[in-house]
Amino acid sequence: MKKNEITPLQPMPEKVMEEQHDHGSIRDIKEVEIVRLSDEELEEMHERARAVAKRKAVVRNATSKFWTALGTLLAIAVAAFALMPIVLTILDSFMSTDEIKTNYSAVYNSLSSAAAETKTYLSSTPKLKMIPDMVSFSQYKTLLFLSPTYLLKFWNSVALVVPIVFGQLMVGCLAAYSFSRYRRKRREVLFFSYVILMLMPFQVTLVPNYLIANWLGIYNTWWAIILPGVFSTFSVYLLSKYMRQIPSSYIEAAKLDGANEWNIFTKISLPMCKSAIYAMAILLFIDYWNMVEQPLILLENESKQPLSVFLSQINASEIGVAFAASFIFMLPPLLIFLYGEQYLVEGISRSGIK
Amino acid sequence: MATHEYNPDEVRKRRIKGRRKRKLREWFVFTGYLTPSLLGVLLFFFGPMLIVLVQSFQRSSTNTEFVGFDNYVHVWNNQAFKTAATNTFIFAGIAVPLAVLLALLLALLLSSKIPGKSVFRSIMLNPMMVPVASIVLIWQVMFSYNGALNTYMGWFGIDKIDWMKSDWSRLVILILFLWKNLGYNMVLFISAISAVPQEQLESAKMDGASAVRRFFSIKLPYLWPTIFFVGIMSLINSFKIFREVYLLAGDYPFDALYMLQNFMNNMFSHLDNAKLTAAAIIMCIAMIIIVGILFIAENRLGRDTEE
Repeated sequence: MKKNEITPLQPMPEKVMEEQHDHGSIRDIKEVEIVRLSDEELEEMHERARAVAKRKAVVRNATSKFWTALGTLLAIAVAAFALMPIVLTILDSFMSTDEIKTNYSAVYNSLSSAAAETKTYLSSTPKLKMIPDMVSFSQYKTLLFLSPTYLLKFWNSVALVVPIVFGQLMVGCLAAYSFSRYRRKRREVLFFSYVILMLMPFQVTLVPNYLIANWLGIYNTWWAIILPGVFSTFSVYLLSKYMRQIPSSYIEAAKLDGANEWNIFTKISLPMCKSAIYAMAILLFIDYWNMVEQPLILLENESKQPLSVFLSQINASEIGVAFAASFIFMLPPLLIFLYGEQYLVEGISRSGIK
Repeated sequence: MATHEYNPDEVRKRRIKGRRKRKLREWFVFTGYLTPSLLGVLLFFFGPMLIVLVQSFQRSSTNTEFVGFDNYVHVWNNQAFKTAATNTFIFAGIAVPLAVLLALLLALLLSSKIPGKSVFRSIMLNPMMVPVASIVLIWQVMFSYNGALNTYMGWFGIDKIDWMKSDWSRLVILILFLWKNLGYNMVLFISAISAVPQEQLESAKMDGASAVRRFFSIKLPYLWPTIFFVGIMSLINSFKIFREVYLLAGDYPFDALYMLQNFMNNMFSHLDNAKLTAAAIIMCIAMIIIVGILFIAENRLGRDTEE
């Protein structure tokens, strides 16, 4: 600790003071009487200074400890809030159907508008149960072996998301490279229009997507979602932000060695943006895995819709399976998170830096 | 450079020619890299956006009579649109500043000397990964009329609140929004805070500046760009709150939850092209204005801190 160190007190040498005086220093030292201390006095002063510093340090430590404890408590509270719904979903998925029904049927009765009159259903109070009375895998059994709809929808989600992620990354890397290396005025204008497009909410972009899907005859097919997803400009923006941070000396050096643009792209830009590309892949995956707006409008056919939309249409008779389905649905992103957290954090972090 | 017969004009000409050729080749190469993306963007976004613009001035998709701003006036005066726009902007107006502020506070907390920072960060980032659809069940259990929250409140003698079907629903979706987005914003802030020069902070500390003072005088100026970035990202995400609303409350939620996306969905299902296109253009313009203001504000503030 630097600040707790005690610098030995020493009377300022006369010479220095005079010098300062001569230079017209800010402090008016004329009045200061120069006292020469004896060794004992000096020692005593040291002692006193040390005591004061010690007392101050104790107080400082105590307050800092207090704040640290308070901060930790706060962080624990926020973390608990963040984790609670996830943990509850997972735990509840191990309840048996009966247990879920006794616990939550009141909730579902108040949810369905048809049963709006049954609001007097107060006798059975729902509880948020943390731990199931009896761990049962029956939900998973029903889900995985007895109800093929869920698996189909799960597969729909995969079939929609995987091509979008890979396609957008490929298109995006190429475009980002172009934007990062070729920076003329008109290109910057185009880049800015990409940024504007990236910022547009679905409410705006879905209308043109809908029109073009009709025109191309891909409405109500997966292509209506995949193709606009592939050409979405989010990854272009973030990746080119990254690629612009690559020092130009690297590229110049490669050029001198006779590398062409493709070499520079594959040997320098891509490897140096590896973590950004991983981060981008994760971000895209969670974003599209979570999609609701596009399938609602672009897919009329319910059998083609992904699990994200389907999960909301579960009715009271199936709530048992719903928790298990929810858990299975959140499993892929959570696994990806476990595997790629540091990429994600790094990718997000650097995206905010200009 | 020096040739046998040095002719400056010749050399210059050749050099200009060479440069032009190189420039042209450069243009070709880099445009080549851009082509796939550009074609796709033109085909799926910019091109149809023009069609949207044209159609917004026509009576309907079948009757291409030019009607001027009629569609815009219709949309503008449409009660549902008004409700939706008001709700969406009220929500964004509250949720975005809160998301920025709370995330900043959390980031400061996790940049201080508390133990287990990386664990906390991981946990707080978790909600971002979880799809809304997976979590909806628990939110329903929490917030429905016979739900857990009302039960718990009953223990303390507080009357039941119909969370999803009253003005409280705004608070509910605000909580859901913060739950989902704080982690991402927080990570952005943590990295920005760690980029603040340590020497300045140390020397300010030595001079006895309090933690609050250190924050406002040293950290904040460095954080402005991030604050704007987080603000813009939160704004984009605030428009996605429709997911939560739809998954929780379905197609026809309580009035206070009726978002622009709900309005658009209804227009889609009625195949009302005229209103749909006009509404999209209105929103597009509104979005450009908002983002423009943010960009200008950022530039202003950014310049101030550099001086």
